[in-house]
Amino acid sequence: MALSEQEILAGLGEIIEEIVGTEPSEVTPEKNFVDDLDIDSLSMVEIAVAAQDKFGVEIPDDQLKDLKTVQDVVNFIQK
Amino acid sequence: MPKTDVVVTGLGATTPLGGDVATTWSALLDGLSGISTLPEEWHDKLPVHFAGQIAQEPSEKLPRPRLRRLDRTQQFALIAAQEAWDHAGAPEVDPLRLGVVVSSGIGGILTILEQYDTFREKGWKRVSPFTVPMLMPNSPAAAVALEFTARAGAHAPVSACASSAEAIANAVDMIRAGRADIVIAGGTEAAIHPLNIASFASMRALSTRNEDPQGASRPWDAQRDGFVMGEGAGILVLESAEHAAKRGAKVYAHASGVGYTDDAHDIVMPDPEGAGQARAITQALTDADLKPSDIVHVNAHATSTPAGDVGETRAIRAALGDSAADQVAVTSTKSMTGHLLGGAGAVESIATILALHEGRIPPTINITELDPDVAVDIVRDKPRDMPTGDVAAINESFGFGGHNIAVAFRRA
Repeated sequence: MALSEQEILAGLGEIIEEIVGTEPSEVTPEKNFVDDLDIDSLSMVEIAVAAQDKFGVEIPDDQLKDLKTVQDVVNFIQK
Repeated sequence: MPKTDVVVTGLGATTPLGGDVATTWSALLDGLSGISTLPEEWHDKLPVHFAGQIAQEPSEKLPRPRLRRLDRTQQFALIAAQEAWDHAGAPEVDPLRLGVVVSSGIGGILTILEQYDTFREKGWKRVSPFTVPMLMPNSPAAAVALEFTARAGAHAPVSACASSAEAIANAVDMIRAGRADIVIAGGTEAAIHPLNIASFASMRALSTRNEDPQGASRPWDAQRDGFVMGEGAGILVLESAEHAAKRGAKVYAHASGVGYTDDAHDIVMPDPEGAGQARAITQALTDADLKPSDIVHVNAHATSTPAGDVGETRAIRAALGDSAADQVAVTSTKSMTGHLLGGAGAVESIATILALHEGRIPPTINITELDPDVAVDIVRDKPRDMPTGDVAAINESFGFGGHNIAVAFRRA
């Protein structure tokens, strides 16, 4: 059962609020993690681990660095 | 060349007695104890069931996402530093002229222990990526430097329970050396954990007075049986007098002299003659250009251990000489806060500065029968008025490893 884009966005919003304190409404598909959401590389590691727990999808380190925007993560989890 | 006059322009603290300086100071004058019972589930495994636990949890002041990437030592340091900075009037200063010297005696040991539990239970991927920047002993200094954009240098001298007194001493030296106009200085400790209680208890260093936790920290009492572990932080804003005058800052005291020695006697036991402690006081007096008779008050290290307290009073007498030693009023605020380890020297320096500023010396509580070998006059039970005029006081801090630090403050 694939999750909808909305479900993934909501889940990512919760994770990002927990880890860096950003309002979930700020977490929209076009946002860049570094430039728009001010999320550093160590926080991205935490987010990836939390996303694995929540969505059951592992994000390998070598692919994590290519996930620049919220949409990139949504796409990765959906596929 | 005359030494640069260094002054204290801001104070901040979070302690077992209160979440800020005002609350802590009024509790010290009221002779209140900040010692409380440890979580019930620890009791079975430990011979000590109490500690000086922080009065106000950092979660009341810092948002959750910040808390999760800061060790508790860093949380305390940032809270105290913010208070001190605001108290100093949030000075305008060139970041290249702003320094930090903030110590911890042990470092981020709660992070180490918690992350080791996570590692064993869940594996390496669940270990926080912030573990290293949280556990390193310079992490509180680094967090304060980052928060206040201090680029003149950030240092974290480590000398066990003398660490934060050494931080203040180093900050005075840093300003005198011309490396900074303002230095945020002090120390922090957050080590209340079953392993650490067990480690100090296995040395037989802790009081086991479980039937009377608030009476357990009793420096110089004949029945004292060990120190009471505490947690918290104290931070000072130190500034060159010239810089403070230029911006019209309020001055709480002069930080006028520092002394550093080491006993080189035993890894934990103090030299019973107190020679190294006395040398630290003498050095601080010389460095401050003060006479023994200028010293009206000493905030002592006295932790309530059978081994340490009395020797310190002999060292005070030896350093000041009989006539000055007969006049000096000595107290141990650890009787109320417990022993804040790497936070102790800074919190006790704040008490020393406020005693000078307000003319009131906080008491030592819990002395029912004074040890007959105590060699100086102890302020017991009630606060005592301090002489008026141009007088000075000393804060003493000692640490495992034989470290002895004395810092002399002169009334502003």
